Amino acid sequence: MSRRAVITGIGVTAPNGLGTEAYWAATLEGRSGLGPISRFDPAGYPVRVAGEVSDFTAAEHVPSRLIPQTDNWTHLGLTAAAWALDDAGADPAAFPEYEMAVVTASSSGGTEFGQREIERLWTKGPSWVGAYQSIAWFYAATTGQISIRHGMRGSCGVVCAEQAGALDAAGQARQLIRTGTRLVVTGGADASLCPYGLTAQYSSGRLSQGDDPGRAYLPFDVGAAGYVPGEGGAMLVVENAADAHARSAPVIYGEIAGYAATFDPRPGSGREPGLRRAMELALADAGLAAGGVDVVFADAAGVPELDLQEAAAIRAVFGPAGVPVTAPKTMTGRLYAGGAALDLAGALLAIRDGVIPPTAGVTELAPGCDLDLVRGAAREARVGTAMVVARGYGGFNAAIVVTKTD
Amino acid sequence: MVNDRRVVITGIGVTAPGGIGTKAFWELLTAGRTATRNITLFDASGFRSRIGAECDFDPAAEGLSPQEIRRMDRAAQFGVVCAREALADSGLEEGAVPPERIGVSIGSAVGCTMGLEQEYVVLSDGGRRWLVDPAYAVQHLYGYMVPSTMACEVAWAAGAEGPVSLISTGCTAGLDAVGNGCQLIWTGRADVVIAGATDAPLSPITAACFDAIKATSPNNDDPAHASRPFDADRDGFVLGEGAAVFVLEEREAARRRGAHIYAEIVGFAGRSNAYHMTGLKPDGREMAEAIRQAMHLGRVDAADIDYINAHGSGTKQNDRHETAAFKRALGRRAYEVPVSSIKSMIGHSLGAIGAIEVAACALAIEHQVVPPTANLHTRDPECDLDYVPLTAREHPIDSVLSVGSGFGGFQTAMVIVRDRAA
Repeated sequence: MSRRAVITGIGVTAPNGLGTEAYWAATLEGRSGLGPISRFDPAGYPVRVAGEVSDFTAAEHVPSRLIPQTDNWTHLGLTAAAWALDDAGADPAAFPEYEMAVVTASSSGGTEFGQREIERLWTKGPSWVGAYQSIAWFYAATTGQISIRHGMRGSCGVVCAEQAGALDAAGQARQLIRTGTRLVVTGGADASLCPYGLTAQYSSGRLSQGDDPGRAYLPFDVGAAGYVPGEGGAMLVVENAADAHARSAPVIYGEIAGYAATFDPRPGSGREPGLRRAMELALADAGLAAGGVDVVFADAAGVPELDLQEAAAIRAVFGPAGVPVTAPKTMTGRLYAGGAALDLAGALLAIRDGVIPPTAGVTELAPGCDLDLVRGAAREARVGTAMVVARGYGGFNAAIVVTKTD
Repeated sequence: MVNDRRVVITGIGVTAPGGIGTKAFWELLTAGRTATRNITLFDASGFRSRIGAECDFDPAAEGLSPQEIRRMDRAAQFGVVCAREALADSGLEEGAVPPERIGVSIGSAVGCTMGLEQEYVVLSDGGRRWLVDPAYAVQHLYGYMVPSTMACEVAWAAGAEGPVSLISTGCTAGLDAVGNGCQLIWTGRADVVIAGATDAPLSPITAACFDAIKATSPNNDDPAHASRPFDADRDGFVLGEGAAVFVLEEREAARRRGAHIYAEIVGFAGRSNAYHMTGLKPDGREMAEAIRQAMHLGRVDAADIDYINAHGSGTKQNDRHETAAFKRALGRRAYEVPVSSIKSMIGHSLGAIGAIEVAACALAIEHQVVPPTANLHTRDPECDLDYVPLTAREHPIDSVLSVGSGFGGFQTAMVIVRDRAA
């Protein structure tokens, strides 16, 4: 395979840090971005803790004419994409227009924007719905806006697979690189922390109702009782390795060496979920044995049954306590389309710095979840290869293997 | 990467305005009948455009169980019904292919909007309470919020356990989802892919947002003739709904099992205009580039193209944009080849239409008939190609080009050919 997909830029908008280095510093220190919901009064809701990107002001980061045209999720996505391109030192004007593309994941689109417009429609009438509803709410808004802002005219895409989507998007980005595209902006961000968005998330039955931000989201723990929702995510710049070297890209974080996606058997089949197979296929795709993986960034659903399934899959692939496992999303909440993108960013930073970020809050592993879960403090380790695992509501499984490049 | 793998269509399922099922769909197209009418799915009085292309769809009559009907939005119901029709049509029996080798790629522009809006109206007391009441949320509300559940439903219907995704590139989602399905087979990640697209956007919020930008036709007094692509009197598109789903198979495996092969998909490419979320430059430059690339990948020359299935939405800017794109990509051939828009008959079902148009292309190849552009009486002087007005045309068809264009600047092209003996 002569064309290899490497990551040359990272942009992060996370509840515990705006910007890659702020996020990474907080994550390594175990500083959480979870807190009481402040966007609206959550008193009447069974869920009151979330991961808000509270220090983000769109006016500081998004061109002013775009702000009223777009929802929060696109503000966060546009910002992360611009930062990722800056980080990569990549000036889009210097690339052939058709050899740049954008492939993002979306889980639920512009929920708050949509809620506001539906409210206007039903309380005041159809002529009160604004012209921007048609371009702000739909799932393709973020990809479209990034493509326009940076003049990227290649084969753009949008993937929805709930929390697994960003890994599928990165897989698509790698495929584009292999078939001739030079640069792809990929990743995801989501922001559905409005009343209707939270209500819809709550209806999944998977949200934590805990009031203590430090104890509300405890994947693999005896106290696991659902997850905390968050907003934000990450964007990555993926390039063809030879081109990145040729333009002397400032940093090459790593290579997308393996990717696979599977889907669970029909509910009630009693058969094994597809997660183990996704991990094995991603390893095979990377040409690596399980022993070559230095850390697994877990999906970490925080729902006991799902945690058990994931722990079983990790054990089946890596052996008992065979690999360090971590879930820094305990400090951001689950970010939907942004979650796996942020984990990919974390995995690449772990490779860069030789350190595994901790899983916050977890104190006592649940029976059956006996993993080598990195807890308490970050763990220094040589990280040459990392696996990121993600699952999406309904049965999606995806895994990506990223490796250090020479 | 496996480069000699080829992708063929062996099963088709269609739910479209004017009739449920592939047979009814093709009859409508070849008769040149229109299925656009006054909207009945909601009270559209007070809207600028009150015209829709609706499916007369009864989920129970189509075989969905009460549980399936309860948990699925209308768009998901369309998708599952089409997937089952396509699977039955393909003759592929469950168990014949390992579930791990079956993928799913479903497109949708607006997901479960209808269900999301209806539930919001309930929970917010008709929109009056910004702080909605979570206690009354139905259990499947989250399934409406994340459109990916529509791909899950199709995966369950097909027993698929390979790669599954929901592709949501707006109005090119249908072509992109079928293209993504081909990609899964071309690259060896699956042997069979259930691919297609579905949308059911005929709800007040979607109609209102197209009203707001005056994209839809206000020709409320003559709804049957409101969708008029390439006609001088056109005044916007007609919002439609529906779905089409295919069984895509690796060609050698399909031949080994003696499957009926409708057509082969040989080329697929997307480009973005990076210009404007809704505006199109009249030069058609990026769509032309997508067409060139799709033909290049399919090893098909402009001279080989026998039929172009146009995006043909019936907005002035679109019709001029793509007419320019065809000329730019195909040169003189653009003037020789029949071009038609089935949106003239079944409206514009956003993400779904690209897949429904692939069905039209496969059936055009199968029957050697070009479906017409209905309602085309007076050609826009700037649209000077052969748009097959009013009447279907028998025509030798080996290679078909289908294109899509959508909000966000997406431009997609696909080349579909008659199965050639190896």
